[in-house]
Amino acid sequence: MSERKKLDRRDFMRGAAAAAFAGATWFAAGSKAEDTVWQLDPNKCTQCGRCSTHCTLNPSAVKCLNQFNICGYCDLCFGYLHPGSRERDTDAENLLCPTAAIERKFIEAPYYEYKIHEERCIGCAKCVEACLVFGNGSFYLQVRQDICVNCNECSIAKACPSEAFSRVPASKPYLYITGDTPPNVVR
Amino acid sequence: MKLYLIIVIAGIVLTATFSAMAIEIRFAMPDFQSGYSLPDIFTPDPPAGFGTWDVAILFGALSLATWLVLKKRSRRGLFLLGIASLPYFGFWRKGCICPVGSLQNVTAAVLLPDVGVSVLVVSFFLLPLLFALFFGRVFCAAVCPLGAMQELVAIFPVRISTAIDRSLGLFKYVYLGVAVLGVAMGAGFFVCRYDPFVGIYRLGHSFNMLLAGGVILLLGVFIARPYCRFLCPYGVLLGWMSRFSKWHLHIAPADCVSCRLCEDSCPYNAIDMPTPEIPPGERDHGRTRLRRMVWLAPVIILLGAAGGALMHEPLSRMHPRVLLSERIAAEERGLFEEQSQESESFRAGGETIESLHAEAVALRGRFKTGGAWLGAFLGLMVALKLIGLSTVKERTIFDPNRETCFSCGRCYPYCPVEEEVRET
Repeated sequence: MSERKKLDRRDFMRGAAAAAFAGATWFAAGSKAEDTVWQLDPNKCTQCGRCSTHCTLNPSAVKCLNQFNICGYCDLCFGYLHPGSRERDTDAENLLCPTAAIERKFIEAPYYEYKIHEERCIGCAKCVEACLVFGNGSFYLQVRQDICVNCNECSIAKACPSEAFSRVPASKPYLYITGDTPPNVVR
Repeated sequence: MKLYLIIVIAGIVLTATFSAMAIEIRFAMPDFQSGYSLPDIFTPDPPAGFGTWDVAILFGALSLATWLVLKKRSRRGLFLLGIASLPYFGFWRKGCICPVGSLQNVTAAVLLPDVGVSVLVVSFFLLPLLFALFFGRVFCAAVCPLGAMQELVAIFPVRISTAIDRSLGLFKYVYLGVAVLGVAMGAGFFVCRYDPFVGIYRLGHSFNMLLAGGVILLLGVFIARPYCRFLCPYGVLLGWMSRFSKWHLHIAPADCVSCRLCEDSCPYNAIDMPTPEIPPGERDHGRTRLRRMVWLAPVIILLGAAGGALMHEPLSRMHPRVLLSERIAAEERGLFEEQSQESESFRAGGETIESLHAEAVALRGRFKTGGAWLGAFLGLMVALKLIGLSTVKERTIFDPNRETCFSCGRCYPYCPVEEEVRET
C-alpha cells in the first residue's frame, strides 16, 4: 500500500514537472514566435570581404545584388572595371570581379546594364566598395535566403567587424539599401 | 508654377531619403529612350513549410527509438536508426536546428526581453527532454546526429576508470554554464560556434573546427562518445530528466541473476553494480561523511559564487563589445601599430569611443553577477556530486545508471536472461 502510494506520488510529480517545464518554456517562447533568418544591413556593411571567407558554405550564401533603380548605368563602371584597366571590355585583366560574375550589356548610348550572375558571385564585396566610393552604391551584399542554411549562430555574423548581421523576420528577409523595397523586386 | 513646386518638393523628399543612408546618388538614373525597362531583382524567400515535418519526424524517430529500446530491445535496430538519423538531421538538414543548440534559443527567449523563439525550436528543445522524463535518453541512443556519428565510429571502445570518467564529465556542466551565461549576456551562441560536427555535415567550415571534429571522431574510436560524455550541455538536462524516468531500460528483461556477464559491456561506465554488503561500523562512518558533505555544500556554493564573480574580467571577454573596447583602448595607448578591422569599422561609424567604453564597463558589471551565478551553479553541481559519492543506494542487481546511460543497447546481448526469455 505504502509502496503504491509512493509510486502514485512519483508519477504525479513527474507529470507535474513535465507540465511545468513544457508550460514555462512555451509561455516564454510563445508570445514572440516568429521565424527569423539572417540578413546583413547594407548600410552598416564595410566591405571587409569576410562574407566570402567566413560562411560555412562554400561559396558563401552572401551574394551581391544590383539595385537597378539607383544604378547609373555608367559606361565607366568602377564596380565592373579594374582601376587602371586599359579598355572597357570583358578581358579578364580589365575586370574587378575575381570570378567574372558581372555581365556588361549595352543598352543605348551611353548606358550599360550590369547584371550579376549569382552562381559565380562569392560575396567578396570588391565591386560593392568601388561602387560605393565612386558611384551610386547600387551594388551591395545580401544573404540569399534560398542558399543560406540559417545556422543557429551565423559564422559570418560572428566575424563581421561592423555588426551588420542580425536576425530579421522571415516574412521580410531582405534589407534594401534604400530602406524601402525597390520597384522591380520579384520573389 | 505647380510643376515647379512639385519638383522642389520631390527634390527635398529625395534628398531627405537618400541623405539618411550611406549611399550618395552621384549619377542620375538615365532616362532611357529605347523602351528599356528595369530588369528584375531576384530575392527568393527562405524555404518554408519544412518545420512541422521536421518536428513530426523527430517525434517519430523518438517513438521508434523508445520502442527499440524498451520493447524490441534491439541493439541492431538502434544502430540502424542512428544510421538513418545521421543523414537526415545531420547531412540533409545540415544540423540546424538541433535540440542541443535549441537550448540556447530557449534560454535567450526566457532571459532576454526582446528575443523570441519559434514553436519549431521549442518543440525540438522539449521533445527529447519529455521522452527522457518517461523513457530515458532514447534521443541520445539513436536520434541525435552528433551521438549517431560518434556511435558509428566507436569501433574499439576502451573502458576508462570511473574516477577519470566522472571527473571529465564535470566539464559538461562548465560548458552548459558558460553557454547559458554567453546567451544571457548577449555574447553569442557558443554551443553552435564550437559544434565540432557541423562542419562535417556541411562538408566545409573553418579549418580549426574541422580539425576539432576530426580529433573528436578519432578519439571516439577508442573512447566512445567523448562529446556526449564530457561536453554535451544538452546531455546535462537529458540526464536530469532521465534520472527520474518512469520506464528506463533494464539490462535483464526479467530478474537479474547477477552473473556479471554484462559488467564490461558498457563503454560509458553507465552500469551500476550491486552494492557490497556494508559492515555495521561502516554505516556510521558513512553517515558522518554525508553529514559533513551536506554542511560543506553551502560553503562550496558560496566559494563558487565568489570565484565566479572574481572571474568577471576574463569572462566578460566572451562579449565582442568588451573585446572591441579593450582593443581600442590598447590602440589609443599605442600598443598596436595597425587598427584591427573591427576597430576601423567602429571608428568609421558614428559612435564615440567613450560610449563604447561605458558599455563595456556596464557589461563587466553584469558579468560580475552572471559569473557569480555561474560559480554558484558549478559549486552546487560539485556539492551534489560529493553528496552522491557519500550516499550508497543499496542495489542487488546490475542496472544502468539512469543519468548517464545513453540507452545504446550494447548490454542487451550480454545478458543470459535475455536468451532465456526469448526461448520461452
